[in-house]
Amino acid sequence: MVNGQHDHICWGGGQHHHTHHHLVLRGVTAGYASIPALDAINLQASCGHTLALMGPNGAGKSTLLNVLAGLLPPWHGEILWHNTPLAEHRHEIAYLPQRSEVNWQFPITVRQLVEMGRYPAVGVWNPLRQHDREIVEKALCTLGLQDLQKRQIGALSGGQQQRCFLARALAQEAHILLLDEPFTGLDVPGSEALAALLRSLASEGRLVIASHHDLATAPQIFDQAMLLRRQLIAVGSVADVLTPENLNRAFNRA
Amino acid sequence: MNEFIQFLHEPLAQRSLWACGVIGFSNGFVSALVVLRRSSLQIGTLSCALLPGIALAILIFGLFQLSILLGAVMAGLMVGLGSLFVSRTSRMDHDTALSVLHTTAFALGYIILIGLGLQQKVDDWLFGSIMSMGNADLWIAYCIGAIAVLSITALQRPLLIALFDPRAAATMGIPTRALNYGIFALIILVLVSSLQAVGAFLTLGLLVAPAATMYLLTDRAAWLFWGGGLIGGLGAIAAFFLSFPLGWHLGATIIVVLGTLFLLAYIFSPRYGLLRHRKK
Repeated sequence: MVNGQHDHICWGGGQHHHTHHHLVLRGVTAGYASIPALDAINLQASCGHTLALMGPNGAGKSTLLNVLAGLLPPWHGEILWHNTPLAEHRHEIAYLPQRSEVNWQFPITVRQLVEMGRYPAVGVWNPLRQHDREIVEKALCTLGLQDLQKRQIGALSGGQQQRCFLARALAQEAHILLLDEPFTGLDVPGSEALAALLRSLASEGRLVIASHHDLATAPQIFDQAMLLRRQLIAVGSVADVLTPENLNRAFNRA
Repeated sequence: MNEFIQFLHEPLAQRSLWACGVIGFSNGFVSALVVLRRSSLQIGTLSCALLPGIALAILIFGLFQLSILLGAVMAGLMVGLGSLFVSRTSRMDHDTALSVLHTTAFALGYIILIGLGLQQKVDDWLFGSIMSMGNADLWIAYCIGAIAVLSITALQRPLLIALFDPRAAATMGIPTRALNYGIFALIILVLVSSLQAVGAFLTLGLLVAPAATMYLLTDRAAWLFWGGGLIGGLGAIAAFFLSFPLGWHLGATIIVVLGTLFLLAYIFSPRYGLLRHRKK
């Protein structure tokens, strides 16, 4: 991919890029107070993939999401995107909160939620222009939310609520989607629909990274996985990562 | 009745009427922030800290025009330090530690203020006294209202994102921490005016009920601000006209009117009212 050929359509705010979009983590160490939660993590991921962050409770899945989202500055190491620090590409990252963390009674409609995604582009005071409204419209269409756009978000099903936040990420024209346990609390058809959606978003050139606790469903949903237990245990295709030896190292007290 | 109409021509009455409207409006406007943040309990602790805060301010700086403002700032600091203290005393749950802390601070504040010979003032601060507001107080109330409306309106977009989804807001580059401090500062300012209107015991009602009522009526966050402001302002003015014929205490009447409006919305709201649920 170094020769400048793209094998995929790339979203991402019309950024010119001469290499394939790579997310690179080198020796990232991070934690809370003085307790390290992640130790010297290395990772290379490129857009077009769905990557599951897996590991036992307290393995550092959420910490890694926080670091990638820019919510928690790492103690050591660097995070690169387009070979430049990820922090310089903030608008290209969309963070989707866990459903249980959202105040679903908040007086906001589906459309207003999606319009929030335009904030990095329009800023504090500028009104939404025609261009912004079209992007919002397209995001709503892509996720099949046009008919629900005037509903208050609490009046939706779990799958629809998840799609609202995905629509906001699309409206943001984000290139990297960070999701915190998106499959928790969804029924089987809901999970399957969301999995298909994530795959199609990735195939359009986005990088989807999600924490995921269910080992059984991971192979059907994601094409790559990263197994963590404070340190990196394995990363690569799901089949290569979720081997009995690796799982033993991650989940058993050795 | 004639007596009341005559009273309305007095500058004192007109000043009080304006004060009701302005203080009700600015508190109602800011109450949207309190309701959207779901932090009414935090505001409760803040209003509990007002009396000891004022006592501390008078002890340090003496009694003068801005004592109440300084006192409210002190109260804010005390709540901040208090929560720090609570987080350090990890053996106890927050509610327990804060309850002990607040009642003790409140009692100490009361003793200090009575000891300073401020019995009359203490009654005003506990239950409010719009009638005793001077022209300067009224101007301060106007300024506070203007600051609240201007700052919230100007920053409404990032504010709503940060209130709804603070983590996503931070990834979008919104300075959520600075906004939180700003909200806290604004609430302290507004408490200063509501302390004069309804007193320390009842400020919580003025800072929650208006937007809580709107919450039952609309799905648009932006309407909570203006709607809350209108409910707060008109409710306080209505209370002014009710309190005289009925002979009720003005501050208490304001809270009763706002509480009644909330109950009405709770029962009759076309969207979320009790009766609406029955039909389903």
